Amino acid sequence: MKKITLLFMLALIATACGNKKNENKNSTNKTIISGSIKIDGSGTVFPVSEAVAEEFLKVAPKVKVTVGESGTGGGFKKFAIGTIDISDASRNIKDKEIALCKENGVDYVRLTVALDGITVVVNKNNTWAKDMTTAELKKLWEPNSKITKWNQLREDWPNEEIHLYGPNTSHGTYDFFTEEIMGESGASRTDYNAVSDYNVAVQGIENDKNALGYFGLSYYEENKDKLNALSIDNGNGFVAPSIESVANNTYAPLSRSLFIFVSKKAAQRIEVQKFVEFYLNNAPALSKEVGYVPMPASGYNTQKAAFKSALVKK
Amino acid sequence: MNNLQKNKLIDNAFKTIGILFTYLGILILAILLYKIIAAGSSRINWDFLTSLPSRKPEKAGIYTAILGTLDLMMLTIIISIPIGIGAGIYLEEYAKKTKLTTLLEINIANLAGVPSIIYGLLGLGIFVRFFNFGGSILSGALTLSLLILPIIIVATREAIKAVPSSLKEASFALGATKWQTIQKVVLPSSFGGILTGIILAMSRAIGETAPLIVVGAMAYVPFVPHSVFDTFSVLPMQIFTWTTRPKAGFAIAASGAIIILLILTFVMNGVAVYFRNKWQKKLGN
Repeated sequence: MKKITLLFMLALIATACGNKKNENKNSTNKTIISGSIKIDGSGTVFPVSEAVAEEFLKVAPKVKVTVGESGTGGGFKKFAIGTIDISDASRNIKDKEIALCKENGVDYVRLTVALDGITVVVNKNNTWAKDMTTAELKKLWEPNSKITKWNQLREDWPNEEIHLYGPNTSHGTYDFFTEEIMGESGASRTDYNAVSDYNVAVQGIENDKNALGYFGLSYYEENKDKLNALSIDNGNGFVAPSIESVANNTYAPLSRSLFIFVSKKAAQRIEVQKFVEFYLNNAPALSKEVGYVPMPASGYNTQKAAFKSALVKK
Repeated sequence: MNNLQKNKLIDNAFKTIGILFTYLGILILAILLYKIIAAGSSRINWDFLTSLPSRKPEKAGIYTAILGTLDLMMLTIIISIPIGIGAGIYLEEYAKKTKLTTLLEINIANLAGVPSIIYGLLGLGIFVRFFNFGGSILSGALTLSLLILPIIIVATREAIKAVPSSLKEASFALGATKWQTIQKVVLPSSFGGILTGIILAMSRAIGETAPLIVVGAMAYVPFVPHSVFDTFSVLPMQIFTWTTRPKAGFAIAASGAIIILLILTFVMNGVAVYFRNKWQKKLGN
């Protein structure tokens, strides 16, 4: 019996020490604002929100910012019933979700915090595919697509099986890609390797000469030595995905905005207001650091103005 | 070849196959451990254990995740042990064999095999939404308690069953009441078994991710929970988050966190084995 008591005590002491340490950190506070901010939503936007929260902790150590990544859809579900203050989203809010927000009296402002490009990638040893038109992408990915071999896309491509990788249906990236290429969100062939973790897709494509897949630009940028990205033609010539082509939106139609949705009610709280302002001020540098593409400065000014007017209205 | 030789040959073949299968398991475990230790051991140092999560993989640490895990486990122990042992004692010592108790028994055995994500959804419906505890450490602990209760109840019953009836009868013969017998005779002699069950249940709970994600464990929590209503993160959650990041440095950090989680699990299992051996010896004498 004594041993167990001892175990309990040890565990208690461990936690107690932890608490003390945290308090010490807090006591060196620079500002007086306190409170807590709950953020949840897209796993794509998560690194940006995490980075901002990490920096915000340095200027406002008494504000407890937590960030989750239950997916864009999962985030909106929580946002609509008011359990979180800010929802990260890698796509725009859907009509269904707007209705749910209205039903629960959640009013919000949408702010763009960074840009991202969906990159279509192939194996490093793929010597034939350098580019693709959006029409070809549609033929390849549309529901019940009959394309199983490379030469069915272009005749001079090899007579070999094509192996597809893409995000599973819970990803905002999936919604966006299908919306832009097929013209209907969620319309996609289903006989592909649907991954929940993009690193799995990176590994799969890296080890398979005949593989093709799509995911966010940051996963390509980190694995440039292992993968090739395809240039995409939307009718205005082939454009390769890059930080520049995403920033000036020539990499169309696969450039997208990353959003945060801020509850107007939550924005009345001083800690949320300060956090969002801090977010927009630091998003250019921090989004770049975690692998995304910042908007031009004028873009952020527009967002700041939008947030300000959202504060006034209430 | 006569029958005897044939039988011996079959005997030897079976032995070889048995040995092969035994070592196959160990080999796979060894490969797994080797890969993870090779990848993550460089990351393990005091800073890693005491730093907050960060966007910079080389600076990121598991301080809040490890404390979240310890807090969650403690709360889970506090909730599940009295209920689990109480239910086990009742079913084994007091309950009369009726249709209801049979139904209860079957259900408890079945619950032990329900996938953990189902418990997560149950926890989301009951604790997070209905009782409005939110995505708090309390919701997490209650959900994990539900998850491991069947294991504790079954282990408690098995341990009590193993107490020799001669001991109990001797106690009754001395005029002890049922509760006195349970308290002074049954529980002390079955304690090793009960404890083993509890610790094995905890070893299962400590690695759970899916139900906690559903209940609302956060991926980035830069502070230690102060009350049971605070949001929290846990080690498996931190590992999950890191493995999906594009930067290769996070894969290394994830391996480091996996090593820490494995150490915690091994220590718990080690403690379980130690107590079991100790109590078995005591009973044997």
